[in-house]
Amino acid sequence: MTVTLGRTRLRPPRAGLAGAIAASAFLLVLVVAAAAPALFTSADPIQTQVLQALRAPSIEHPFGTDQTGRDVFARVVYGARYSLAIGVLATTIAMTAGLLVGTLAGLAPRLVDSAISRVIEVLMSFPEFLLALLVIAILGPGPVSLVIAISLASVPVYARVARVQTFTVRSSGYVRAAVILGVPKWRSVLRHVVPNTVGPLLVMATIGFGTAIASAAGLSFLGLGAQPPTPEWGLILSEGRNFLGTAWWIAVFPGLVVTVTVISASVLGRYLRARGEGRAA
Amino acid sequence: MRLGPSKRRVPGASARWLLGRLGGLLLVVWGAATAGFLALTLIPGDPVDVMLGVQAQVSEQVKAQIRADWGLDDPPLARYLQYLGRLATGDLGESYQLRQSVSSVIGEQLPATLQLTLLAVAFALSLAAIATLAARGRRSTRIVSLVELTAVSSPTFWTGLVLIAVFVFQLGWFPIAETGSLRALVLPALTLALPVAGIISQVLRQGLDAASAQPFATTAIARGLGGRRLLMRHTLRHAAADSVTLVGYLVGTLIGGAVLVETVFARPGLGRVTLRAIIDRDLPVVLGIILLAAVTFALLNLAVDVLYRWIDPRLRTGSAAT
Amino acid sequence: MSFVSVRNLRVRFGQRTVVDGVSFDIAPGECLAIVGESGSGKTITARALLGLAPDGADVSSDELVVAGVDASAYTGAEWRSVRGRLVGLVSQDALVSLDPMRRIASEVAEPIEVHEGGLSRSEIDARVLRMLADVAIPSPETRARQYPHELSGGLRQRALIASALAAAPRLLVADEPTTALDATVQSKVLELLGSLKEAGLALLLVSHDLALVSQIADRIAVMQHGRIVETAAAADLLANPTHPYSRALLDAVPTGHAVRRDGGEIVLAARSLVKQYPAPHRTTTVALDDVSLELRAGTTLGIVGESGSGKSTLARLLLAIERPDSGEVLLRGSPWSSLAESARRRMRGGIQLIEQDPASSFDPRYTVRRILTEAVAITDARANRPARILELLEQVGLSAVHLGRRGHELSGGQRQRVAIARALARRPSILVCDEPVSALDVQVQAQVLALLQNLQASTGLSLVVISHDLAVIAQLSDTVLVMRHGVVVESGEASEVLTDPNHPFTRELLDSLPSGRILP
Repeated sequence: MTVTLGRTRLRPPRAGLAGAIAASAFLLVLVVAAAAPALFTSADPIQTQVLQALRAPSIEHPFGTDQTGRDVFARVVYGARYSLAIGVLATTIAMTAGLLVGTLAGLAPRLVDSAISRVIEVLMSFPEFLLALLVIAILGPGPVSLVIAISLASVPVYARVARVQTFTVRSSGYVRAAVILGVPKWRSVLRHVVPNTVGPLLVMATIGFGTAIASAAGLSFLGLGAQPPTPEWGLILSEGRNFLGTAWWIAVFPGLVVTVTVISASVLGRYLRARGEGRAA
Repeated sequence: MRLGPSKRRVPGASARWLLGRLGGLLLVVWGAATAGFLALTLIPGDPVDVMLGVQAQVSEQVKAQIRADWGLDDPPLARYLQYLGRLATGDLGESYQLRQSVSSVIGEQLPATLQLTLLAVAFALSLAAIATLAARGRRSTRIVSLVELTAVSSPTFWTGLVLIAVFVFQLGWFPIAETGSLRALVLPALTLALPVAGIISQVLRQGLDAASAQPFATTAIARGLGGRRLLMRHTLRHAAADSVTLVGYLVGTLIGGAVLVETVFARPGLGRVTLRAIIDRDLPVVLGIILLAAVTFALLNLAVDVLYRWIDPRLRTGSAAT
Repeated sequence: MSFVSVRNLRVRFGQRTVVDGVSFDIAPGECLAIVGESGSGKTITARALLGLAPDGADVSSDELVVAGVDASAYTGAEWRSVRGRLVGLVSQDALVSLDPMRRIASEVAEPIEVHEGGLSRSEIDARVLRMLADVAIPSPETRARQYPHELSGGLRQRALIASALAAAPRLLVADEPTTALDATVQSKVLELLGSLKEAGLALLLVSHDLALVSQIADRIAVMQHGRIVETAAAADLLANPTHPYSRALLDAVPTGHAVRRDGGEIVLAARSLVKQYPAPHRTTTVALDDVSLELRAGTTLGIVGESGSGKSTLARLLLAIERPDSGEVLLRGSPWSSLAESARRRMRGGIQLIEQDPASSFDPRYTVRRILTEAVAITDARANRPARILELLEQVGLSAVHLGRRGHELSGGQRQRVAIARALARRPSILVCDEPVSALDVQVQAQVLALLQNLQASTGLSLVVISHDLAVIAQLSDTVLVMRHGVVVESGEASEVLTDPNHPFTRELLDSLPSGRILP
């Protein structure tokens, strides 16, 4: 005689350890591909071979070939370094800048905090993608503009989280306990505020890394980022656009890789967040 | 519920709050406009060269004339005030390249983008509702979570291309180039809607689960409520409250996503105009569109805040217990 | 068959048995109280009478008669028809047990709407108002339209009771119904439950507080580790418990009194403290209004007051983590509150704090070792620190095995001991204790109180103990301060204030103590 409550009580999607391991494994593969692409493919990503143009996927060409005969798989592998580089750079810059700005706002006198918050609010009133577009409009297309645009567009989000976290820690019971013990203010800030703020930001950065790669691909797709013949993922996709009916593999596979990268980053990020919360629970 | 609303509310408190928020909105718009102006003036290089493009071979005399026409010689503060003044009357300036006022450029392209965005919102909400209802037990929830994750993680431009490849080329269900009809709107709207639907569905589900785990849900069950009644009378309202604040943000991203989708599907609209303007460095147009997006975004967030206050009574009265 | 009859109730989670063969009866108009500490299984037992069990629980029984019906083989649908109609549930803390987004009237009407679908709107409204009046809520028409957060704690709890009884069930399960309430309010709510019982309601009252339930229970069952160890008539159990655990529970209730000391010089003094905070709608709340006190060396000053009395604000001012708006605090006769923080920091070691919920005063990432090191590092050289830390742990009854654990991995009692150890690291002469035992089980409470008393005896520590629980104050204090709405209403020697109070509020506090508490 089992007597139970109506609904099953579920917790937020807790990416299990298995998922996190799979995600990390994929990301690791990407890193290796970026560092040593020759390990994965012997084909040349740039050299055109018109005779091989528009071949369907096969054992020789796992992702098929594009309109100039280049092996798509090779292009994707060599493209990893661009996407990863941009993703890592943009995310690191955004996170560091956000941490600095947000912590400053959280610790500074009221006036400074108000000023910084207003600026953050204004920046956040633009949808992120549009902000990146604006930056590129000013700086002109290119990979450097890409990095600047993406980082600038995401700094406000990191800054806001850092600011809120700083406030929370600042008014927390344990910082108050440190004050009562007689620990000097600056030392308790360093010991408590910064480490407790960096944690959540790192988790955000893990997920943000995936988003940055997707944004970079999107901007390159529009022609605003990397320029041909760079094998950047978004670029390959835009090239494949014209052949959607005849050679769908050119567009589909690179996009698939981007998607799986974003999924992996999300899964890993969620797992880290769940673990972090479990510790603080 | 025939017993009327609580008369305890301080008269005018809500009105004052709204006024405060509108003031904040104005501040944000002003900030955006100023940021835009700064962007205009801070670009490296001579603005006239930018306007004319790198290729143009033009004499200094003509350049000087253009500068005078555009008022580019006046001191920055005067230009700033002129700029603000024009904005206040709704004049967004004139396009460098298109020989039209920015307002008319936007006016021409807005309806197409608006249609797309509205249909996308409808799709997103419907898909999210379906996903939430589909997640019954442990197994189906896991599947739905996976689908949500994929929807959220797939870049819009890729999803669009895949949808075209499958439904236009392989299955032939939708037309390739036709743009006027509702049929042609379906795939682009769906593409735009998918990531948004994924997030809304996720937040809604989590909200429902969190609400079901609260003590008040136990109390309701102890009164004899079953699953469906619990949902309709209690948990849905709590979950909606959580989701409402997100919707504002998401619609904002729809605005940004429209650029990609219109490009992928070769549709007319603000997205394509923005892209063109960026490549041509037609800054007044870019700024005009971005300002419009910022204002819309801010207005939406305000609307969401108002809705949130209406849903959650705790925010309304704001008075301590007596 | 009897009205409520449970035989051999068993609840398992996989291999773990949380309720192990529990049996009891309840007759109409009778109150059975199940008393036990957290983890004893009492809540799960009580909820089984409503067919409620947590996820993954396996519930079985030889007999389960609820309000006259045999529910042992009930399906979900059958339980739904019984809940709210034959048996009702009242839980702790109406603020979270009522839906904060629905009006009181909707909540109270709900069981009627669920079980008596044919009624008209006006009939239901009339029933709701009548129900609210029955639980002694003044101005029911106004209150019905309000939301839970607009009512005070006591009224909210009454509204919760009304919502449980709206469809006139004959059995009410009350799970810690008064724990979140002030003492004076607690006893009134219990009175209400008592009068409902007199009118024929069968009541199952679940609590951790043996003295509290004595107010209305006819019979008491004591639960430990999933089993009922003793059941007896209330008067018999309280006078003569037979099982050792029952005896331990009764002994742990704070009673008796400390040996009153006179104390030496004044180590801490407050003069005319005033503190205000901004409130909504451009008003201010006065947290403290002209509060003065004195603490003599080696003695304990007890400050008693309910929520909103200003006692926590007072603690913060005494520790100088906030400045008073006017008035001052003197530490050993020298200015304390008026000093600049840089000058004051040096002297902070002399006065330390322990609070109600030490978990929030520990950095969630820190282990016990790191928590203590942070305190010890201020005065002790690196080489001496490990030894000093072990010394502190020993003083509070912990050991090295706890060093590697984090705050949330410890039990409530262990956390409080770590907090005390950390406070002692600075070798303070004054320890301010803000609700030091309110969040702890009765037995652990007794241990921590004993620890504080021992520390005072062995080191001459002066204590300021702040609590809403008069019994705790009585056990520890030499002098007493009674606070209400930011004002000191009475102060003096504990022996006088607690036996022959002057102020009506103090008298009210004393009266609201359940008769099971014995005071000096």
